[in-house]
Amino acid sequence: MNNKKFYGLTALFNTPNEIIKAAKKLSSEGYTKFDVHTPYPLHGMDDAMRLKPSKLGYITLFFGLSGAALALLFMYWTMSIDYPMVIGGKPFFALPAFIPIAFEVTVLLATLSTVIGMLTFFFNFPNNNHPLIGTDYLRSVSVDKFGIAIESDDEKFNNTAVRAMFGSLGAVKVEEIYYPDTETFPLFQKKFIFLLLTFAVITSGTTYFVLNKLMFMQPFSWMMLQDKLIPQEKSEFFADGFGMRVPVEGTIARGHKPYEFKGEVNPSSFLINPIVPSKESMMLGKKKFLTFCSPCHGNFADGDSRLRGQFPNPPTLHTKRVRDMVDGQIFHIITNGQNIMASYASQTSVEERWAIVNYVRALERAKNATQSDLDEIKKESAANGK
Amino acid sequence: MNIDYTIEAPVVEGRLTIGEIEQLVAAPMETKPDKKFYIALSISGSFLLFGAVLLALSFYKGIGLWGNNQPVGWGFPIVNFVFWVGIGHAGTLISAVLFLLRQKWRTGIARFAEAMTIFAVICAGIFPIIHTGRPWLAGYLFPYTSQHGLWVNFSSPLVWDVFAVSTYLTVSFVFWYIGLIPDFAVMRDRTSTKIKKTIYSTFSLGWRHSHRNWQHYEKAYMLLAGFATPLVLSVHTIVSFDFAVSILPGWHSTIFPPYFVAGAIFSGFAMVVTVLVFVRKIFDLEHIITLNHLEKMNKVILATGMMVGYAYGMEFFIAWYSGVEVEQFVFVNRAFGPFAWAYWIMVSCNVLIPQLFWFKKIRRSVPVMLIIVIFVNVGMWFERFVITVTSLHRDFLPSSWGYFTPTIYDIGILLGSFGLFFTLVILFTKALPVVSISEVKAVAEGAQPSHGGTH
Ligand code: HEC
Repeated sequence: MNNKKFYGLTALFNTPNEIIKAAKKLSSEGYTKFDVHTPYPLHGMDDAMRLKPSKLGYITLFFGLSGAALALLFMYWTMSIDYPMVIGGKPFFALPAFIPIAFEVTVLLATLSTVIGMLTFFFNFPNNNHPLIGTDYLRSVSVDKFGIAIESDDEKFNNTAVRAMFGSLGAVKVEEIYYPDTETFPLFQKKFIFLLLTFAVITSGTTYFVLNKLMFMQPFSWMMLQDKLIPQEKSEFFADGFGMRVPVEGTIARGHKPYEFKGEVNPSSFLINPIVPSKESMMLGKKKFLTFCSPCHGNFADGDSRLRGQFPNPPTLHTKRVRDMVDGQIFHIITNGQNIMASYASQTSVEERWAIVNYVRALERAKNATQSDLDEIKKESAANGK
Repeated sequence: MNIDYTIEAPVVEGRLTIGEIEQLVAAPMETKPDKKFYIALSISGSFLLFGAVLLALSFYKGIGLWGNNQPVGWGFPIVNFVFWVGIGHAGTLISAVLFLLRQKWRTGIARFAEAMTIFAVICAGIFPIIHTGRPWLAGYLFPYTSQHGLWVNFSSPLVWDVFAVSTYLTVSFVFWYIGLIPDFAVMRDRTSTKIKKTIYSTFSLGWRHSHRNWQHYEKAYMLLAGFATPLVLSVHTIVSFDFAVSILPGWHSTIFPPYFVAGAIFSGFAMVVTVLVFVRKIFDLEHIITLNHLEKMNKVILATGMMVGYAYGMEFFIAWYSGVEVEQFVFVNRAFGPFAWAYWIMVSCNVLIPQLFWFKKIRRSVPVMLIIVIFVNVGMWFERFVITVTSLHRDFLPSSWGYFTPTIYDIGILLGSFGLFFTLVILFTKALPVVSISEVKAVAEGAQPSHGGTH
């Protein structure tokens, strides 16, 4: 017992009047490190102990106000700056419509901060290691006794004097309180490591299950299971059993114009290039050529296919044959296809096809540049300072 | 039966000492649950299970299993939501508003009413979440940073609702827990079994009944009560905005906020009385939850019941007075249309039957009041049903008029929510002190210092 650290002396009283008297006496004698323990708050004890009014309200005020300000600012920012949207004809900053949320956030922040602030900042909770906890003294106080405790740290503390004072005040029981033994918990305990391992297995197992299995199960599978036919599915309804239906004959897609020269060899006299080359249309042509034509014909139309023999090698587009073609002929080849080259009509629009044609023309001219072309380029680069 | 109302009746009856109070309240937690407990638990548990199974089926197959359909797209889920949120309001009113009004009698019932608030809000919160059919995606209701750069619409009542109800749940819970801390300490000091002691110690956070703590504690309680009071009014106001901000005749009405709040308190007190009547009997708490308590609550029920009745009447008056034809149609249709049966159930349960509480004999008779408050519960559920369904089923376009029929899934899930509520209540009675020990001790006779007779 004796090697434990001494905390202080406690005394128990029977009635609220006695404890008030005791508290008054202690505070008037100049003790500061004492505390009164009562099963419920007693009226008049604040004065008896000479306590200053609680400052808790300031925390509430501060966080309440910041809750209101934060909520309003946030709503202002989202609804007026980040993603302005007119709703119900209201202004972007519709204050009346923001009041409910601002109010709720104020209340939420104010109450949470009051409680958390009180428990941690004012009370130093959780504090289950306090020397008083688990003592007979606290047990009696918990029920119906009224207790007073003086810490030995108090400047005026003197064991015999305090005992005498408690006796004169009518204490029914005086008790000495010692600090409890500090318990130590070594980190590498079998139990603890086992616990950690269990947690690790459970969390990783659950994560794996949720992400790889659960998300593919009904009803978590993002509405995969629905009472409808999806492509390639069999239908009981139609006589032929096909789920996918062909459109009624003569149906054409919106904006689609049937190509009237399908299957013809050279309708180029009817096809006149409607596009005057501009920078934009050239860039469009380049993009589409690189996307659709370059895999076979090569990036510069040299016929250097990237297909590595998986498709009969396509010809270069720099032959005299192609250079002599009129624009309409090339357009027709793209739209209609030629021998084993398939039609690109479904992948490209009419405008894009003409843009490709113009780009092919540009490639051809670049590969077979005349002296005047070179002079032109030189002049231009000089003008650009290159 | 002659009570002199000029003298304030003692809050705690039977001249109980402080120690006896504690003994009484702690008893249910220290004794093994008896047969009655298990019977009650199995009944409520069965309801809960029934609801849970139907709910699981609804998730699996989709909420097409419910009765909601054009034109009544807002069916049982919203009715149940409003009903349960309303039930919750009594708890906060008792614990916060009556605290601010210095009504000492609240101490005996505050804890229980607060617990019921939390359970009721939990029941309520389930419905908006499940009505989406994909409850695990409920997080999208909160403003979050989405990859689409979109935010929730902060000027929508439905978003206000999310904030109001979740704030309400959090604050009620915190309020409740703060009240529980000293009682956890009491329980910690009473028990000797190791597991219980660990649990109680953990939740008591090391409370020492120190006056240096009590001082801040009382302040905090006061502040929380001060915030909870406008909060509770705001919650049902915002719930009523879900309706009132729309342009549907029958919903688009400025009387809605006060009318909803009065209705909420009305139904909440009815539920508290319903449950307390049993609890005080089963756990021998008749001296702490006295007949006076019940009588006072019955008076509140009478008063709020008449407010609700006034609102019913006023709605009709305004419909006529406004001269708006659709508005008039909606109300005539409400009282005499296809849902007249629901309307008259509502009026008789909410307005007519509570009038019996004018008689002191009836206010103080436990069996009679039990019947009346159950009627009130039924009536208030129907009020929400009437408001939601009758306004929707016949709107501006006669070609799309229809009738709402709930399915077995709707009814089962409603019963399930009652099962959840009562299961939580029953578990609560065994797990935590149903009456605030420290608060009741503080108002017992001779508990406060006499200040030498000069106070
Ligand atoms: C799948 C590979 C492939 C793609 C992609 C492709 N072609 Fe061809 N292309 C060929 C083949 C193979 C031929 C030779 C067809 C033949 O035998 O007549 C050809 C022929 C041509 C010819 C005629 C050459 C000649 O000498 O007759 C032109 C012009 C042409 N392609 C332009 C294009 C354009 C423009 C594109 C982009 C829209 C394109 N091709 C995309 C494989 C392709």
